[in-house]
Formats: sequence, structure tokens, C-alpha cells
Amino acid sequence: MAEIVLMRNFSNPDSHTLAAYRAGGGYAAWDKARQMEPAAITEEVKKANLRGLGGAGFPTGTKWSFIPKNHTGPVYLVVNADEGEPGTFKDRYLLERDPHALIEGMLIAARAVRCTKSFVYIRGEYVEPWRRFSAAVKQAYDAGLLGQGLDIVIHRGAGAYICGEETGLLSSLEGKKGWPKIKPPFPAIKGAFGQPTIVNNVETLCCVPPIVARGAEWFAGLGTKTQGGTRMYSVSGRVKKPAVYEASVSITLRQLIEMAGGVSGTGRLKAVVPGGGSAAILTADEIDVTMDVDGLKNAGTMIGSAGVMVMDESVSIPEALMVLARFYAHESCGQCTPCRESTGWIYKMVHRIVDGHGHKDDLDTILDVAKRGAGTTICAFYDGAVGPYISYIEKFRGEFEALIPHA
Amino acid sequence: MPKLTINGKEVEVPAGTNLIEAARIAGFEVPHYCYHPSLSIAGQCRLCMVDIEKTPRPTIGCNTVATEGMVVNTETDRVRETRKSIMEFHLINHPLDCPVCDQAGECWLQIYYMKHGLYDPRMKDEKVHKPKAVPLGPHVMLDAERCILCSRCVRYCDEITHTGELGIFERGDHSEIGLFPGRELDNKYSANVVDICPVGALTDRDFRFQVRVWYLDTAKSVCPGCARGCNIDVHVNRRRPHHAEGRRVARLKPRFNAEVNTWWLCDAGRYGFGFVDAPDRLAVPAQREGGTSTDATWEQGIAAVAGALRRLPPAQIGVIASPKMANEDLFALRRLLDLRGVTQVAGQVSPRVPGDEDDFLIRADKNPNSLGAELLGFGADARTVIEAAGQRRLKFLWVFGHDLLAGALPERDVLEALRVVDTVVFTGSNVNWTSAHSHWVLPATAWTEREGTYTNFEGRVQRFRTAIEPLGQALPEWDIIGRVMTLLGESLQATRAEHLFRQLVEAVPAFAGLSYQLLGDTGHMLATAEASGRRGAGPSGAAS
Repeated sequence: MAEIVLMRNFSNPDSHTLAAYRAGGGYAAWDKARQMEPAAITEEVKKANLRGLGGAGFPTGTKWSFIPKNHTGPVYLVVNADEGEPGTFKDRYLLERDPHALIEGMLIAARAVRCTKSFVYIRGEYVEPWRRFSAAVKQAYDAGLLGQGLDIVIHRGAGAYICGEETGLLSSLEGKKGWPKIKPPFPAIKGAFGQPTIVNNVETLCCVPPIVARGAEWFAGLGTKTQGGTRMYSVSGRVKKPAVYEASVSITLRQLIEMAGGVSGTGRLKAVVPGGGSAAILTADEIDVTMDVDGLKNAGTMIGSAGVMVMDESVSIPEALMVLARFYAHESCGQCTPCRESTGWIYKMVHRIVDGHGHKDDLDTILDVAKRGAGTTICAFYDGAVGPYISYIEKFRGEFEALIPHA
Repeated sequence: MPKLTINGKEVEVPAGTNLIEAARIAGFEVPHYCYHPSLSIAGQCRLCMVDIEKTPRPTIGCNTVATEGMVVNTETDRVRETRKSIMEFHLINHPLDCPVCDQAGECWLQIYYMKHGLYDPRMKDEKVHKPKAVPLGPHVMLDAERCILCSRCVRYCDEITHTGELGIFERGDHSEIGLFPGRELDNKYSANVVDICPVGALTDRDFRFQVRVWYLDTAKSVCPGCARGCNIDVHVNRRRPHHAEGRRVARLKPRFNAEVNTWWLCDAGRYGFGFVDAPDRLAVPAQREGGTSTDATWEQGIAAVAGALRRLPPAQIGVIASPKMANEDLFALRRLLDLRGVTQVAGQVSPRVPGDEDDFLIRADKNPNSLGAELLGFGADARTVIEAAGQRRLKFLWVFGHDLLAGALPERDVLEALRVVDTVVFTGSNVNWTSAHSHWVLPATAWTEREGTYTNFEGRVQRFRTAIEPLGQALPEWDIIGRVMTLLGESLQATRAEHLFRQLVEAVPAFAGLSYQLLGDTGHMLATAEASGRRGAGPSGAAS
């Protein structure tokens, strides 16, 4: 198996302390980066083929380079630690077990984009990760790593999934309702508090110190042609050893399930969600795909946040969709019409089908409604919901029809 | 000035114009709910989709700025399909209670469904239920089920009145408009949210359930509530007089005028029309003798006034005109007074307490035509006339509109004046203390019952038009004055207000060059005001 990069310190019980982090070579990358020109750091990250690990998979270095060069006011770095994608629990491990890796990544990223004030938006339910990270930030201040060119403000969320969407997060951070912002302008031009802002995921920034320390070529070499590095997969559901696993982005889904001990329950695989709740579902014979951004895109789904949810033969796909549909109806922020109205509508229809009161045209209505709403909204939330709506029904239509009287 | 092509038509638009406005300039309508030209861009309703060449899918027009060479199509098949879908989404949880909804007939859900929806309904499930008939403040009622969450009202309270009473609470399809805790929608401009609400979610508590909107007739007018002269439409109910217990004026709506009030109207002005159909309207001429009032004919009333004017030396005649009178009335009065050489003339009765004023629309001067009155020689305070009367120098006093006791004039002086003057004539639309103590009452029309012009504080002369017939035998002031002149052997040579306006333009240099045609729907500045740079101040705080 590939090298362990992100979880390298996890086995040390004191990994969250500055001393342990330093003992493992921590902050050496920062020492190196502070000798580098900001543009050179961005260039290194570009060459490393690092792509955002929060969900969208956007090239990180490219994102950094969008900050206007002639801007004279503040530039903000915002860390998205509002990990809320169903089936995803990797960032909480990083915050709990290697908080200094994030701080070091932030220091380097902040230098690259000339930022002096940064925000870490932590999911409200993440109490222990927040404690660990807050303690690490204090240590970093005490050690003079922070407060000498970079300040970190920690902000806790209040439990809304939409606040993990980068501009919803910015609205929330600004003290407003967590509504995503219309684009353009994009955050790199006008983000938090109206200033150019980079929003990066926790895991993404944790990749930055190793890139600086060991070089872009090494990192790029860990992955595929279009995406460098390893990443953390949250594997859950019907596997024998559900956990977070680190592997190259070039690992196949089949290999990953084996890594997690294989299918549990009936032992026979039915389906897998490869990239968090918003990813389209894959059937048992679609799992020979590589787990990089482009590999899953070509398979008609997405890597998203790499939350892998495994379903064995005993799982009811209609029920699984109902749970997800309820989630999207509950979490839709309600700002724009197609998402606000159809998430609730689709949930009602799926619920009614599972309840045994489906109409024969319900499935076609759901598919049509989902497709009509796709691509019409302010943010990607609804497109994320459409993935499961369509794929669950199209790939397991018979299971749904079996529940509908006179279908 | 970028040049772009919309539906095959090349059009040049000001830099920064969005595609909804650009299409409007090119003559095409892009349907929309949340976009409003005075408010920030929300991009929430998703209805204003247009196709832009080389973009993968339809884009919202409100948040897209027209650029040079852009090729836009507002009517492609996929744009039409997207609109249809968006209409379905807007309506799945809507109660479809049009038969009992006040907005019916002027509802953009109805209009756009007919134009852009026309799908077969597919929603079989229980709709989301939300609060209904929630009073948000003194003037506005909320039905959250009808709301399409366009957020116009929220943005209005944030960006125009800066009062921030409203927010959107809850999430998803349970989202609803509401008040922040402890707040009430009671700012001075609160009812504008009813106008900008595209659906029946926010209705006017004064208007609701009075009359269906399709029975309303409308006339372009000007608010007489203060010196701003906000442009309005007067909506009247003539066709179903039994529906609103005889109330003829159903409501006032602001009418766009970039130079005066943009889209807005204050609540005081909007609800200031109650006097028009009030029970205390004066409807027939009346004579009071020895404490009892008896109805009289116009011939008797006019004869009494003309008789006094003919008989008495000018020094014994006093007139208190009103800055609530139209320019045409004041000009007619000016002619009459000049004919007789009357000089004991005033126009203003100062209020006891200064009027409410702000830095947006509301002016402290609660008269619509103070500047016009001043220009026609009626700017003086009534105090001197009252003093003359109290000193028994006047035998005849003609008061227009004012209640002399309601203002800052000393009560004792007024009582004394009215006691000692032989003949007090009151001309106005409603009963007040002064009318009750006059010897003659000659009823005047309300401003909705006639046409004329007011000159606002900036020097903008604006027309108001007839919305309803005069109540009873009431006449416009200029007509009353004209009849008096006829008895005095002089003709006003006017059978309508416009004739007087033409004479006024010839006679008074400040009005030179103006005509009803030039005033049009939005008025025109006085020549003098234009020269002295009064022009173009516009309402502060509003985009125009």
C-alpha cells in the first residue's frame, strides 16, 4: 500500500501536542516555506496536483492564484472544518489527532496568499475536535508560531449542513443566516466580509506541509496523472472494519473495501456510495474504479468527500434513499426555489413509496423533477441531492417498483 | 455602453445593466420574482433564466451584467422549459386559494402561470402548512403559505428603510417570512412591502376584503399629504359600490417617478385618503343662521359671496386660501381678488407642532402646494387676516379648507374673529370647527374628484387627475370662484382646470413654458426652479 502521509502521527497518543508534532519533524515545512516567495509556494502546490479534498476537487494551487494581485486590503484564509457530508468523518480525526498539521498548513497557505487573519469554521457537533484544535492553537500562539504574521479565529457552527458549502459558510461566519451567496463574485474576489478569501478543507491544508517538505514531485507521484497524493477515506456501513483509511487516490473502490475487511452482513455486496451522501450510487459490479476525482467522474459519480458507504444485499435501497431524501429536505437552506421546494416534494414521494402508497408515475415524477431542478440553483447542494435521487432509482428501479401497488 | 444582441435584436445599454433590464430596453420581458430594480440582487427565485451564447446552461438574468458582444436569447426551448419547471416549484406548496386571496387579479403567480407555466399539476402530497393571517404591523398582513420567499420585503426593510424588522426563519420548504422577536413592521414606509410582494403573502390590512381588484378603476394622481408630492395611482371602486360600504377610494398605490418618490410612498400618505369618503364630507351648500344650518342652493351661496364682494370695500374683505388648493384654484382666486382689489389675503396656517420630517420622502410641510401658493401670492400667514378681523376691520371672511382652530393661531383671536365678522364663508371638503362656525358653507371636491396641479417643494409641477365623481354637489374651488366672478360680471373663461393652467402659464413667469402636455405623468420643473438649481434632488436613500 501507498505511503501514509496524513495519518502519519495518528498512532502516537500525544500526537495532538506541539511537542509530539515537533518531534515528528513538524513545522519544518513552515520553516522552509517562510524562506520561499509566496508565488513559489503556490507554484509548488500546483505542481503537486493537490486537489481540494472537501468535495469539489478543485485544484488548490489554482484556487490560491485567483486572489487579485493588486488587492491592497485584507485577504482571508478560511478553513472549512464543517464536515457534514453524510458518511464522512476524516476531518474530525485530523482535528483531534493532528491539529498542528492543520495549523502548519494554514501558516504556509496564508503566506502563499498573503493572508494575516484566518478563520477555522468547525462543525458545531465536533466538540472534542474543537477542544483539541483550540488547545493546539493556544500552544502555537505560546510558541510564537501564531500571532506573528498570522492570527487564527476559531468559529463553531450551529449544526446546519449548508454551512459546509463554502459561501454558506462565509455567510454564517459573517453572522448571517447560512445562505450560500450568488456567484459571481467568487470568494477569491469577494468572500468573507467582502474581501478576497480562500476557503480550503482541513485535509487539503494538511497536505500542504508534506508537499513543501518533500517536494511537489514526490506528492504528485503518490497519485494519478491529474491528482497527487493520498487521501483519507471514511469507510462505513456493511464492512467488517469501518474506519478512516489512508490510501493513494489511485486505489480502486474494490481494494478499499478489502482494506476495510470486506463486506459484512450477508457478505454479498449490493451497492456502494463512493463519495459521501451526495455521490451517485454504484452497483456491486461498478467498483473497479479508481478513487481519484476524475476516475469517479468518469464512472458517473464523484469522489466528493471520500465518504464510502457500503451496502450489502440486506439493505433496502428505497429506504436508503428515503433517509437521504429526508436529510436533503431537512438541510436545504430554502434560499432558492427549485431546491427548497423539490427536496421536500421528493422526500414526500419517496416516503410514500416506502410506506406502500406509491403511485405508478411517482418514480418518473421524481426523476423528472430531479432533472429539471439540476443546475438551476445558487449552490451545489441540490445537484448533490440529485445524484442519489436519480442513481438510486435508475439503478435499482425494480426495488422501488416492487413497493408500489399496481406498478 | 456595451452593445449586445437579445433575441436577434441589437441593443446598446448603459454599462452595468443586467440582462433583465437590457431585455426590457430591447423590448422583451424576462419574468422574475425576486429581482427588483431598487433592491440588491438575491438570485433566489431562479425564474429569470436566459440563454447566453457559449454557456452550458441557462443563466439568471438578474445577476448577469450585459457585456459587449454578448448574444442572449430569452425564448429558447430550454429557457421555456426551465421557466415552466420553476413555476411548478413555486406553486407546489402554494395553497391555490385565489378565490379568497386579495392578490387575485394582480398576482404574479397567476400571471406567470398562464404565461410560462401551464403544466399539468403533479403534486399529490400534503402541502406544507404555515401561519396564515398574521398581522405584521398596523398595515400589513402575512399569509406565509402564499409566500414564495423572494425576500423582497426583507431586503426592502434592510436596504430602503434600514429598519430590519423582517427575516426568513426556518429552513427548506418550512422557510417563512417573519418578524424578529419583539419587532413590529411599523416603520413609516411599511406598506410598500405589500406593493413589492409579487404574490398574496403580504396584503394591505386596510384594503383586504374591500373589493376585488378587477372592479377597480385607476387614475394617475399625486399624494396631497405633504410637499413632496409622491406620484400615486388612485384606485377607486365604482363598479361594485355595495362591496365596501360606500367607500369609493379603495387604496392609493405609489407610482414610479425617478425624480420624486421612485417606487415608494409613506404610510401616512398612503392611508391619508379617508376624508374623501368620510361621513363628515360636505356635500351641499348650506347656510347657518342663529345656530341652525339649512341646506341651500349653489345659486344662493354664490349670490351671497358675490353680493358681499360687490357691496363691500376691498379693505373689509379677507381671504384665507390654502396651500392644499391646486394651482388652478389659486390662480382663479388670484384673478377674483385682483378684480376686486382685495389685499387682506393669506394662505398659511402654521401647525401647532412642526410636521414630521425625515431624510427620505416625508416633508414637514404637510401641504401639497405651498410653493404654488407662494408663487401666486398666498404665502402669508393667516395671523394678519385674523388680527384684522378681530379688530373689526373685516366684514367678510372667506376661508378655504383650513380649520383655523387646528393650527398655531391663538384660539382667542380666532374665536373673536369669527364672532365679529358679518359673513364667514367656508369652502372645503369636510366638516371642521371652522365650517361649523361659518355663515355659509360651500362644499369643495376632494382632490380625487377633480383635476389640477400641485407644485412640490422642489418646484416640480405635477398633475393629478379625476378618479371619481364629486360627492353630492361639491365643486372644485376654481369652479366656485368662477361662478362668483360670473355674478360679478367677469368670466373666468375656463370650463376645466387646464384652461386656467394655460392662463396661469401666461400670467405667472415662474410657470412659463409649462402645459398639461409637458407635465405628462411625471411633472415638470418650474422655469425658475430649474434655473435656481432646485431640480433633481430626488428622494435621498433610494436608487433612481
